Formats: sequence, C-alpha cells, structure tokens
Amino acid sequence: MATQILMPALSPTMEEGTLAKWLVKEGDTVQSGDILAEIETDKATMEFEAVDEGVIGKILIAEGTENVAVNTAIAILAEDGEDIAQLEAPQASDAGNEAAPLASEAPASAAAARNSAPEPDTSPDWPEGTQLKQQTVREALRDAMAEEMRSDEDVFIMGEEVAEYQGAYKVSQGLLDEFGSKRVIDTPITEHGFAGIGVGAAFGGLKPIVEFMTFNFAMQAIDQIINSAAKTLYMSGGQMGAQMVFRGPNGAAARVGAQHSQDYAAWYAQIPGLKVVMPYSASDAKGLLKSAIRDPNPVIFLENEILYGRSFDVPVLDDFTVPFGKARIWREGSDVTLVSFGIGVQYALDAAEKLAAEGISAEVIDLRTLRPIDYDTVIASVMKTNRCVTVEEGWPVSSIGNHLSATIMERAFDYLDAPVINCTGKDVPMPYAANLEKLALVTTDDVIAAVKHVTYR
Amino acid sequence: MAARRAAKKTNVSGEELTQFYRDMLLIRRFEEKAGQLYGMGLIGGFCHLYIGQEAVVVGLEAAAEEGDKRITSYRDHGHMLACGMDANGVMAELTGRAGGYSKGKGGSMHMFSKEKHFYGGHGIVGAQVPLGAGLAFADKYRDNGRVTFTYFGDGAANQGQVYETFNMAALWKLPVIFVIENNQYAMGTAQMRSTSTKDIYHRGEAFGIEGEMVDGMDVLAVKDAGERAVTHCRKGKGPYILEVKTYRYRGHSMSDPAKYRTREEVQKMREERDAIENVRQMILEGKHATEEQLKTIDKEIKAVVNASADFAKESPLPDTSELWTDIYA
Repeated sequence: MATQILMPALSPTMEEGTLAKWLVKEGDTVQSGDILAEIETDKATMEFEAVDEGVIGKILIAEGTENVAVNTAIAILAEDGEDIAQLEAPQASDAGNEAAPLASEAPASAAAARNSAPEPDTSPDWPEGTQLKQQTVREALRDAMAEEMRSDEDVFIMGEEVAEYQGAYKVSQGLLDEFGSKRVIDTPITEHGFAGIGVGAAFGGLKPIVEFMTFNFAMQAIDQIINSAAKTLYMSGGQMGAQMVFRGPNGAAARVGAQHSQDYAAWYAQIPGLKVVMPYSASDAKGLLKSAIRDPNPVIFLENEILYGRSFDVPVLDDFTVPFGKARIWREGSDVTLVSFGIGVQYALDAAEKLAAEGISAEVIDLRTLRPIDYDTVIASVMKTNRCVTVEEGWPVSSIGNHLSATIMERAFDYLDAPVINCTGKDVPMPYAANLEKLALVTTDDVIAAVKHVTYR
Repeated sequence: MAARRAAKKTNVSGEELTQFYRDMLLIRRFEEKAGQLYGMGLIGGFCHLYIGQEAVVVGLEAAAEEGDKRITSYRDHGHMLACGMDANGVMAELTGRAGGYSKGKGGSMHMFSKEKHFYGGHGIVGAQVPLGAGLAFADKYRDNGRVTFTYFGDGAANQGQVYETFNMAALWKLPVIFVIENNQYAMGTAQMRSTSTKDIYHRGEAFGIEGEMVDGMDVLAVKDAGERAVTHCRKGKGPYILEVKTYRYRGHSMSDPAKYRTREEVQKMREERDAIENVRQMILEGKHATEEQLKTIDKEIKAVVNASADFAKESPLPDTSELWTDIYA
C-alpha cells in the first residue's frame, strides 16, 4: 500500500520549512535510512531520511518550495510492484493534529483561603509532665541518627570525616564504634560524586544520610540534589524516588569569609520534590532529624555551626519526633509577629525580650521547616497582631521573608496595619574583617528597629 | 589498545543468533518509527535515537541475570526495549500519554521500570554514573550478588563526576560495570577533538580499574566481554570498564544537521559494519534460518512496533490532575 511522506518536524520548534532539494526522483527505489531530501529549517539545513523502503511514486512538492507546513504530504512512497501511475495526490494530512493541547487548568490556589482565619495545630511537641534533659544540638543530632540506625538497617551515613575523625564538627561522634564501617562511611573529598552515589543508593532502596561538611560544598553536588534526588519521583510517574537526608551546617560560622558563610535556606526551599528543615533548638534538631530520616522524600537538613554547642531542653522519650510543617511559637505576643527559623530565632527572641522591656509584646514563631511551611500559624498570628517582621540570615533578594510577605498579603491583607519588613543578611558577600562581618549579618538591633517601624514607635 | 578479542562465534547457537537479530531489529524499527512520529509532531522536545548502536545493549543484556540493574543517559529507548520493557509503554511515553512508563510526565529522556530494574533515563550528561555506582553500593551493602550496568557515552567520559565515581567505585569495590558507549561523537564533537586519550577505558588504570575495548558492532563480542565483566564484578573484584566502540547513524537528536561528519562515513559504516546485517549474514550462512523465516521475524517486529505507535497515539493525554501528583511520596 502506498504511504505518504510528510514534511517532517526537524526540531522541537519547527512549524514550517523550505524543501531545498530532492535527492531522489520519481521511480527511485529507496531503503530505510536513505537521504530523500534536504530541508531548511530556521536553524539549519537538514537531511531527511526514508523511514520505510519502497519506490518514490510521486513527488508532490517541488524543490525550492518555501514555507511548507509540517505534516504536508511531500511525496508518495509505493511498495515494490505497486503501479505508480495509479497514485493520487492525497488531501493534506491531519495526522499531526491528534495531539490536542492540554486543557489549561488553574493550579490549586491559596486564593480560596484568602481572609479566612486559619486554625493552626497548636498541640505541644511533647506531653505535659515529660521529663526533660539539657542537651546540646550536636548531641541531639547524633542521638537522632543513632536511634534511627538502630531501628532500621537500611539507614547509613556517608560523608567527609564522619567515621574515624568522628565528624568534622563531631556530630557523628561514636557512630563508627557502634555501627561499624559498613554503615558509617568516610568519603573522599568529592561532593558531586558521593552525593550522586548517595542518591543512587536511595534509588536502590537504602536510606542514606549524606553529610556535607558544610552546605557551601553542596554547591558541587547541586545537580545531583535537584535533578536526580528531587525530580525523579515526578519524572518516573511515582515509580521511584530517593528516601534520603542531606545534612550539615549551613549559614555563617565566624570569620571564615565569603565562600564558607552562606545561608541556602531560600535556595532549597524553592525546589518542589525536596523537603527543607532548618531547626533552631536541640529538641527540634532531634525530633525533626528523626522525621527526616523516616520521610520517603529527599530532605535538606540545614544545621548551624554556632548552634551545635548550644544547650536546650530535650524530652526524655523513647521515640520523640517532630512533624514537618508545624511551626513552634516560642513566645506569645500581641503587638507584632516575628517569624524566623534556624539561628534567626535567636535574634528574634533576643529582640522580643528587649522590646518587652519597652512595652512592646512580640510573638515569636519558629517555622522549623521551610518546605512545607506552616502558613496557618503565621497567618493566624498576623491576624492577631496586625504586624509582621521576618528574620533570616540569608540574602534579601528572593528570600523566605519575601515569600512570606507575599503570602501574608494574599491571605491577610486587610489585617495588616503596616507593611511587612524582612530583616535579612545584607546584600553583600560575607567579609572577613570582624567589624564588617558583624555589619553584614542580621542583628537583634535590626529586628528591634524593624519592629519599631511597623509599630510606629 | 588491547587486542580486540574475537567472539567465540563457534559456540553460538542458531537460536541465540536469531534472538539477537530479533532484539536488535526491534530497537531499530522502534527508533525508525519514533523518528517518524517525531516528524509528524506526535513526539516533541528532545528525542535521541539509538539506531546503529543496537548491538551494545543487546549483547550486554545477554550477559545479565535477573535482578541485575541498568541505568543510562537520555539515549535510552534501546536500553529499555533490551531489558524487556514494553514497547507500548515506551512509545506512549514518547508521545506524552497516560499509557507511558512515566504517565507522560517524563518523556523520551526520563523513563524508569522498577520491575525491570531500569533506573532511567537521565538528562544531565554524566549524572547517571555516580547514580549507577550508588545502585551498586546498595547491592554490595545487601551482599546480594547483583551487578549494575552503568552506561554513558564518550562525551560523558569527560565529566568530572565520572572520575570521582571511578575513584570511589574502585576504593569500595562496587559491583558496577561502566559501559562507555563510544559512538565517536559527543553531540557534534569528534572524540579526537574532545578527548586527550585515544582509548578512554585506559583512564580506569589510574584508579586500578580493569577494562577493555570491545567491538560494539559485533553483538557476540559485546556479549563475550559483558560476561567477563559480570564475572569480575560478581567475584567481588570491584568495577570493570567496557569501552564499546559503536556508531550512531542518526543525528545526536532530531534537530542535528550532522555537518561534523560526511555522509560517506555514515554510509560506509552502515554498509560494512552494521550489527544487524552482520547477524543476519551469520544466520543465513550458518543455515540457522531461511530468508523466508527472517522475513517472518521482520513482519512480527513491524507489527509490534506499529502496535506500539497505535497505542501511543490512542492512549489519552494524562489527566490534568497528574500535574500535581508524584511530587512527594
């Protein structure tokens, strides 16, 4: 049976082209792969190959013809032995029109929730009367990993200096002794490579904890984190993903200069497919890390070097976890809402303390997780205080604070008595000099000044 | 270059040869059809055809056992068909339909099958190499005797993460076979213009990884080398490199004007070295099958491919609700 040879689409964007030259003539026998014609697209001249074998019956479009639409019949291919003279020029094919465009559909929007007062989950993190102990963030993180490794053989940790050195920041101290070198693995200094091996191991069903000595070095591995870990579940139609944790210190330490002092919270929070955690306290570090290890998705767990040695109350419970997407209210207040996460919470709490002395009552919210974000707790608070200041260490452009400001505007515009102010790190690379570094960071004084601005004091 | 090892052609059965013929022909016909559907606008975006390289995956799959894993780049249709994934599901993914392996959300470059231990389908050149070593890491962790075939091209062989991976794979003795499908062109750049060494597998020596050059237009040689590699890995000796010299007849992707090589070069390869034609000749010369019987196979393959195209056209577009699914597990 004769088949039509159609004007091909030779690039993702081609809609029409010039049939520059025929390399066959009527009556020629062609094999699959033979060059039939040269076709000019807007980008290049391309050779057009035969897909089927047969005899060129009729050439329908003469060479030199311009603006030939994709899918126009340009020739007829007869099977061997078919009578060429019988062939008729067909009507224009509509084969290409089969792929109907996707119906556009508005995405689920926050608009539905606009101006309705949310009812956030305000349940306590642990039952009243639970015994508490003082523990550093560092110890809490180690305990979380050890507990999860005890209960699940598939959990292992890999990274630079995690085993014999006991952790560059001593977070993995003691893990090698308890779990051995099969599950506590020192890697070479090769972030791109070992992050990729970690993701592959997760595809293979293990639950890796990949430690970056600091998140600054994860820049080397960013492709594996985003393109491989975060997107595979979606690209595979739900067949496989990466249950794993990428963790390590993030943000400024002290006097280590521009390349070692950066807060990546907003970067990772932008990526669908990732979950992003940034704890402040030891109990949150523990409870959230245990949740992160159990979560079936890739989790970015952003720690802070300065907080590692800080002690907090941690509940003495056999299996203490903190759920994602539930903010913590550290301090209730009525005049202004301070929203922060990670070490920013410290600045917010210090500011709230000083503001209280001046008669300003600040509510302090610790988001704890940035993907998902507990919008409801923020919105409910802003509806009560009518003012909001966000606090974070990262840069101002496209910050978490920017995103919260937009959300508050969408959902609680009528409740605002002042514009939301974002307190952030300054828009400069981190300087080394002690005085300049201090100026570059967000400070308690910045927060106090912002609060006075929004409360018109 | 190490001497090319001649395949033990005397040991191959007619049945096996015929199976190779069938498997390679399926890939070629499937890819030709994909090219055709692309030309009709039914397949969009990037589409990288495997025509010419069929002997590589078919030979290596013959060396694999149930449970072994495989992972590759974006030129992945052949790998999927060779490991037993359904032609309908692959073609429907190419057309972006609900019946595709990724429900239409992955496309030509991103397909997966847990059932067939096919781990993609990766679009960033070289990124699949550490991922493949990671799969092997998981197998070693579980001590289950499985190996992972990690495919990448001569172009990807210049990515830094490949050598980061070589180092760790050798250090930890991971059961991974690095298959360098050297089709001699990294997109439009010939190997001699992009790669400092003539034989890429030699680079493994720097890491203590054994390897060899294989004639990728000879399916029997590929299978033979694959068996050596698999044995090496299963014995716990760590990774192995196969540099398989092959040739892609078509452009890098559909929009490749192919000005970096002559038409004569391609034609010469097709006429003198074509892997499918070679096996066809061996079958006929060994009287394992008649012309007539091979024609029957051709017809069967054509029917499978045509059915996959029909399925891919008729399968519905993914429901719009799918936009929001599979982001989180």
